[in-house]
Amino acid sequence: MSDNKRRHLLQWLSAYGPYLALAALLLLCCISSPGFRKPQNLLNITRQVSYSGIIALGMTFVIVAGGIDLSVGSLLAFAGTLGILAMNAVGDSWGGLCVAIVVSLGAGLLGGALNGALINVGRLPPFIATLGTMSIFRSLTLQIAHAGTLTTSNPHYGDMGGAVFLGLSLPSWFLFVLTALGAAILQRTRFGRHVCATGSNERVARYAAIRTRWVSFATYAMVGLLAGLSGLLLGGRLSSISSSTAGQSYELDAIAAAIIGGTAMSGGKGSLAGTLAGVLILGIIANVLVMWGVSANLQDTVKGVVIIAAVLLQRKPETT
Amino acid sequence: MSFPGDTLVVQDLRKSYGTVEILHGVSLSLGAGEILGLVGENGAGKSTFIKCLNGVTRPSSGTICFCGKPLGDGDVSTAISAGLITIPQEFNLVPDLSVAENIFLGQEPVNRFGWLDKKTMHARAEALLTRLGAKVSPEQNVGTLSVAAKQMVEFAKALAYDCKLLILDEPTTVLNQNEVETLFQVLRTLRDAGTSLLFVSHKLREIITLCDKVAVLRDGELVALSPTSEVDEQELARRMVGRNPSQMFSEKPAAPAENEVALEVEHLDVEGVLHDVSFQLRRGEILGFAGLVGAGRTELAETIYGIRHPSAGHIRLFGSEVRFANPGQALAAGVAYLPEDRQGTGILTSFPLAANVTLSSLQQYCHPAISCTRENAKAQEYIHSFAIKAQSPQDLLQNLSGGNQQKVSIAKCLDTHPRVFLFDEPTRGIDIQAKAEVYVFIRSLVAQGMSCILISSDLEEVIGLCRRIAVMRDGTIAGFVQDDQISEESIMFLATGVEKKK
Repeated sequence: MSDNKRRHLLQWLSAYGPYLALAALLLLCCISSPGFRKPQNLLNITRQVSYSGIIALGMTFVIVAGGIDLSVGSLLAFAGTLGILAMNAVGDSWGGLCVAIVVSLGAGLLGGALNGALINVGRLPPFIATLGTMSIFRSLTLQIAHAGTLTTSNPHYGDMGGAVFLGLSLPSWFLFVLTALGAAILQRTRFGRHVCATGSNERVARYAAIRTRWVSFATYAMVGLLAGLSGLLLGGRLSSISSSTAGQSYELDAIAAAIIGGTAMSGGKGSLAGTLAGVLILGIIANVLVMWGVSANLQDTVKGVVIIAAVLLQRKPETT
Repeated sequence: MSFPGDTLVVQDLRKSYGTVEILHGVSLSLGAGEILGLVGENGAGKSTFIKCLNGVTRPSSGTICFCGKPLGDGDVSTAISAGLITIPQEFNLVPDLSVAENIFLGQEPVNRFGWLDKKTMHARAEALLTRLGAKVSPEQNVGTLSVAAKQMVEFAKALAYDCKLLILDEPTTVLNQNEVETLFQVLRTLRDAGTSLLFVSHKLREIITLCDKVAVLRDGELVALSPTSEVDEQELARRMVGRNPSQMFSEKPAAPAENEVALEVEHLDVEGVLHDVSFQLRRGEILGFAGLVGAGRTELAETIYGIRHPSAGHIRLFGSEVRFANPGQALAAGVAYLPEDRQGTGILTSFPLAANVTLSSLQQYCHPAISCTRENAKAQEYIHSFAIKAQSPQDLLQNLSGGNQQKVSIAKCLDTHPRVFLFDEPTRGIDIQAKAEVYVFIRSLVAQGMSCILISSDLEEVIGLCRRIAVMRDGTIAGFVQDDQISEESIMFLATGVEKKK
């Protein structure tokens, strides 16, 4: 009986662990650092995490379906760069913005579709396929931008990137709204159920008449589209995008956030709300370490420890 | 009857998985330089018996005495170092390594600096292969070898350990006639050198030709152990199947009233798997499919269900030609398939019961968001009508027993409202109670006019439920038996091909 209780407690912890951790972390940081608890700082965090956070939402779908995507950071830079390039080619400022939106989202979607095709039509292992396209997207970006930073003088682009509604920045709105939308898709639609089934056991899903390759393809296209959106928003922030550093290591942040949020690396289950918690946890840690005056060199050590600890904690209920 | 000098003495060996006992006290002994044949139907307990001997699994009770020392602690390396080697049906060879490297895998000779001593390795490999009369070079990559040559490498590997008992699990299924003769030559040489052999095979003719003694397992019991000189093929086949009909099958379902053909398969070919398969399934009929493992029954069902694609032939469903590109199309047309491998292809163990039930029929519950209320209500309906032991529709399947998991798997297929239901080993690995329930359930389906195909290796089951049985052998239908002709003997003769050669 006490054993049963223990199991229930551990199951409860594994279900709500990410949110408890987020709450505890917030409390700790607010108490310990006056700079941290300023509302402007908190709003800044939500903006800072939103770019890789939006990608993390798509990454959650990819991982739940049993895949992985390493190319999203490069794809972000590629889509953002193409967007600015197209914008500058169009004279009209409103027209330019519309063209940039279409081009960035389109490039992201096509890049993701390319990954999905390599993996599901070419039958390449996801790790290998996206490692390859990660390299390709980054190198093409460098070539297009002559390894520099592309800028635009289109005023509407900067306005969009800096837009704030009800105190929250536009990218933060995207992050929160897309989390809610993604959660609804994953939990309450046929597609979401098929994503989970495909990641849980691809053969069972196939025998149950689920078109598993199509499902997997769709998750890559989706994360690609989100990378394109993220590139568009990141470029709008300073009306420029750096071909060499934009989106760098975002794929790792996105994967880390999903894992901290309780998504199983082996696929089959995950939660978008959990991923959002993971995104915020990583953002808060990065922010508070600066506030605490910890060397920037050590920030990634803390991040690494958090990732490992999250996985160790989540594994427990299954082994008992 | 055993002698102190016997290589292997097994006494009252029992093995249970969970609450189900698979081996009910098997005792036998094997002398040095003897070849013992082991035969039995699928599921008679042959592989469980072997697994107990070679330490893959630990017996529940009983003793295994090997060369005077006890075995049976469930440790593979103890058995191997004692000289008990198994050559599995699926070879354990590393394709990217050379023959010599494979032979000495795990016991590589090293020189005094700890480096691999390739020279000694090659010389010793060469000697072992010569002893077997195998024309294989030690330097060759195993991946490039023929199946027969790979088998020789497995033999050499066994000899590299000081092998006293060699267990061969269906070694001839992958060989052609000449290769089988070569193999038998090698086995006789080994026997004459004092090695004992346990030869497991479906092919009764081979057992008679090769073995000194033959043991027959049936339902986990040793029903016969006699010198091969005293038995013939017919006698062995009878011993393998001869048991009292169980009480489970009170009465066969009535013959279908109408003659409407639900499913017709004509000259169906699948590259390398099926050859010229033709049959008709009538509305309201249960057509049984019997045959040995690997005869192509599952492959046939998978082809009808759209998982495999035919290279020639026709499939007609209620008169209209169909060719399903994927299972989705098959389900839409009313063909459901209950997979044989429950956990590998049937159900998602990490999913809740309700989500498993609606896995193939989810569309019915979406407008467009999934209605959890309706999903749970439907699952509750199945829990009730199938007597599934679960606390709630949200229970994870991994917490349910095999029988209850199987009921969920059936519910999943049924929820797509099929007209033709392909059952593949519906009662494998489930307890008697659940079995009986599955039978009642299949009967009620055909009573409602559904047409069923029942693939089963449990002869009692096909005989108890079907009025007509197709027997498959080597990817084709070897023959049909119906009504009065149905007997375990007639099926086994068709399945093993004994009758043909008579």
